[in-house]
Amino acid sequence: MLEDLSQYILDIAENSAKAKAKKVLIELAVDNRNKSIVLRVSDDGCGMDEEFLRKVEDPFTTTRKERKVGLGIPFLKQAALACEGFFDIKSKKEEGTVIEAGFRKDHIDCPPLGDVAATIATLIMGWPECRWIFRYSVDGNSFILDLDDLIDHLGDRELLKSPKVVLWIKDYIQENIDLLNQKKGGEDIA
Amino acid sequence: MPKIRNLDDLRKIREESKDLTSARSGGKKKIIVGMGTCGIAAGAREVLTAILTELDKRGIKDVAVETTGCIGMCQYEPLVDIIRPGEPRVTYGNMKPEDVSRIIAEHMINGNIVWEKVIGRTD
Repeated sequence: MLEDLSQYILDIAENSAKAKAKKVLIELAVDNRNKSIVLRVSDDGCGMDEEFLRKVEDPFTTTRKERKVGLGIPFLKQAALACEGFFDIKSKKEEGTVIEAGFRKDHIDCPPLGDVAATIATLIMGWPECRWIFRYSVDGNSFILDLDDLIDHLGDRELLKSPKVVLWIKDYIQENIDLLNQKKGGEDIA
Repeated sequence: MPKIRNLDDLRKIREESKDLTSARSGGKKKIIVGMGTCGIAAGAREVLTAILTELDKRGIKDVAVETTGCIGMCQYEPLVDIIRPGEPRVTYGNMKPEDVSRIIAEHMINGNIVWEKVIGRTD
């Protein structure tokens, strides 16, 4: 098992990048009224056929050669179900994959969010040619980061390899996450 | 709380440092961090952040940083490979964020391998 949601996100979204996705949407929605957290990762990668999809939640299914177990998806499913949440995976060959995991926020086994900003920055650095879109919302207020917008401002995709730029992206995301988390207290009551 | 950063900062970063991109994909000096499930669980993302912070702090621009998946040495994660042109590729294991500055200073910059953290070498 991983420590927090941000580590699950990194792990699951890397699958999308390795599936040759051109666009990956990572949505994390916190709902304080329903006490839920829903994570959805959707990609336009190579997808899986029905047979592989049936097996993919089994740890002994993997495409890699280095070791014989694949733990990413089983870990996420186990973490979601451990806090009375849900897990769902849909995939179509050549079209893409959508993974959804729900968590009960007030459940004792609900993992903390962790460093989501570092996760998104790591994904961007690792796969700068992929269009990463990250949406974080708290009770309906959201922050969206679209890598295409960043590249418009940067002017050069190669700059995503610069430590200075990656660290800036991490801090920028963190700032917006903090902002939304703070908003919750004041405006949610009204 | 007013926002401190906005996207226009990126234009400034770009203009201020014209030489940021010397670490292009074909760069000869390289740091590779294992970022498979095993690496993530062991703290590889924190090690990567420490590497980026150290390179930025020292103003090192000719080192390309990359991530890779599981290479089958899960028990030694987090794994960090240091590649210097013309030298064997060195794999460091059980890396912690606090090991990073030493490995960058001694190995990446000065070329002296930090043997106590080495778990593999490829010629």
